[in-house]
Amino acid sequence: MSTKRLIGFFAVGTATLAIIAVAGLVVSTMGTFLVQGLPHISWQLLSEAPRNNNTEGGIFPAIYGTTLLVLVMSILGVPIGTITAIYLNEYTRTGAVLPRVIRFAVNTLAGVPSIVFGLFGLGFFVQFLGVGVDKAFGNTEAIWAKPALLWASATLAALTLPVVIVSVEEALKNVPREMRESSLALGATRWQTIWKIVLPNSTTGILTGSILAIGRSAGEVAPILFTGVVYSLPQLPDGVSSQFMHLGYHLFVLSTQSPDVDKTLPLQYATTLVLLMLTFTLNFAATFIRSRIRSKQLG
Amino acid sequence: MAKKTLDTKIQATDLCVYYGAKQALHRITLDIYEQEVTAFIGPSGCGKSTFLRSINRMNDLIAGARVSGNLGIDGVNIYDNSIDVVELRKRVGMVFQKSTPFPKSIYDNVAFGPRLNGITDRTELDRIVEESLINAALFNEVKDRLDASAMGLSGGQQQRLCIARAVAVNPSILLMDEPCSALDPISTAKVEELILELKKQYTIVIVTHNMQQAARVSEYTAFFYMGHLVEYDKTRKIFTNPGKKETEDYVTGRFG
Repeated sequence: MSTKRLIGFFAVGTATLAIIAVAGLVVSTMGTFLVQGLPHISWQLLSEAPRNNNTEGGIFPAIYGTTLLVLVMSILGVPIGTITAIYLNEYTRTGAVLPRVIRFAVNTLAGVPSIVFGLFGLGFFVQFLGVGVDKAFGNTEAIWAKPALLWASATLAALTLPVVIVSVEEALKNVPREMRESSLALGATRWQTIWKIVLPNSTTGILTGSILAIGRSAGEVAPILFTGVVYSLPQLPDGVSSQFMHLGYHLFVLSTQSPDVDKTLPLQYATTLVLLMLTFTLNFAATFIRSRIRSKQLG
Repeated sequence: MAKKTLDTKIQATDLCVYYGAKQALHRITLDIYEQEVTAFIGPSGCGKSTFLRSINRMNDLIAGARVSGNLGIDGVNIYDNSIDVVELRKRVGMVFQKSTPFPKSIYDNVAFGPRLNGITDRTELDRIVEESLINAALFNEVKDRLDASAMGLSGGQQQRLCIARAVAVNPSILLMDEPCSALDPISTAKVEELILELKKQYTIVIVTHNMQQAARVSEYTAFFYMGHLVEYDKTRKIFTNPGKKETEDYVTGRFG
């Protein structure tokens, strides 16, 4: 065998091994949770609150809390991320100082460990903004100056900001220069061009950005640890100042903080499966919406 | 050619354009006449597109672009500080080399400019859209599917749609930057026919690489080379009896 063929053989071999390893990892992880978790998924689990120190009952408050959390996060984070991306891509000239500083900040943000975001959220949102809001409204007891859904959402929004900014910017870059020029040549202002031509052509990217952000953040526990999540709740959160339960944190509670960890094992598997399903569904939804929009634009 | 007297529409005086340190246009001085078709010819990079794009200040969009000298439209220097670029571009329409329909319906494409001007009345918009499409010789082909996406039109139709979109804001000048370079001969013929029709209402400036096209559609031709205006005269003169050696070499195909 010649050296060339040997190298080719080796390359194909290692690639195949890598594929098998990755696929195996996915299948075994998913498989474990499917096999162990699926039998315990029941209407009771999905619709009821935990009972008896989280050892019995369902996980509905955690599902509810997680959903609410990512919704509020999107409402806070996507507009800010989109506006930042528009500023960076449409309003700055290459080489200017401010956009470079912002870009550097965004990149740095992307590398910050999520627990640090949690601490930041506690310090900035809860203890600074929250206290400030309470003072401003003259609240005698702490309404905002405590961990809350709003602050946890804001912390997550900060965490996922780089994801949103990068994907929206990517989408803005894909709008052809000629399209912008045509609009400007018709007497559109820069803002009219962005609003009527650039943004409608970037909806896919904005959507992808938000869903990627949601996918990334749905399972994050560290940022919400100090900013709003709780062990268990007597009732569902009734506003953004309430605390909430969360699937990821619930999993941690079930597996480490329970009086009888073995007893909660089925619950743990089922909770994990629900969490995985949630993120997978979101990702599939993203892919589906993207392909729909894409084919509509081409058609 | 017992024709009207010529009115100057666009008047460039010592116009220089720089991209950063590079000078793209050197002291261009020429008059473009009202309701005539003026063609700009010359090899790639000669500055003809730069000059075209300085007439509606599209060069402003390029970082580092600078202009000196004068460029008057109807006697007003458009590089004066008091000029509103957005208003200027409403009076000076432009058609690009690559047809760029917006991914919207045919109707919305043509109505885009009028809507920017605050026209919301449906019957008024309907009238403008129909008139513009008729002017662009496209109406008969699309009248039954105005709500269909403009992306479904053929290349030639898309380019005529862009012309309809440009005339919908009722400009007095129409700039065309190689409008036929991506079209097949039949579509090109249609657009050229259209240009001859449009010159009754508009002052048209067209950049082209196609000598025959310049000869067919234009009344005046300017030959640019290396950022300089080499020769500017009646098209017939440029093509049959040019005053400069470079012009002759170029139009006869000896270089370019």
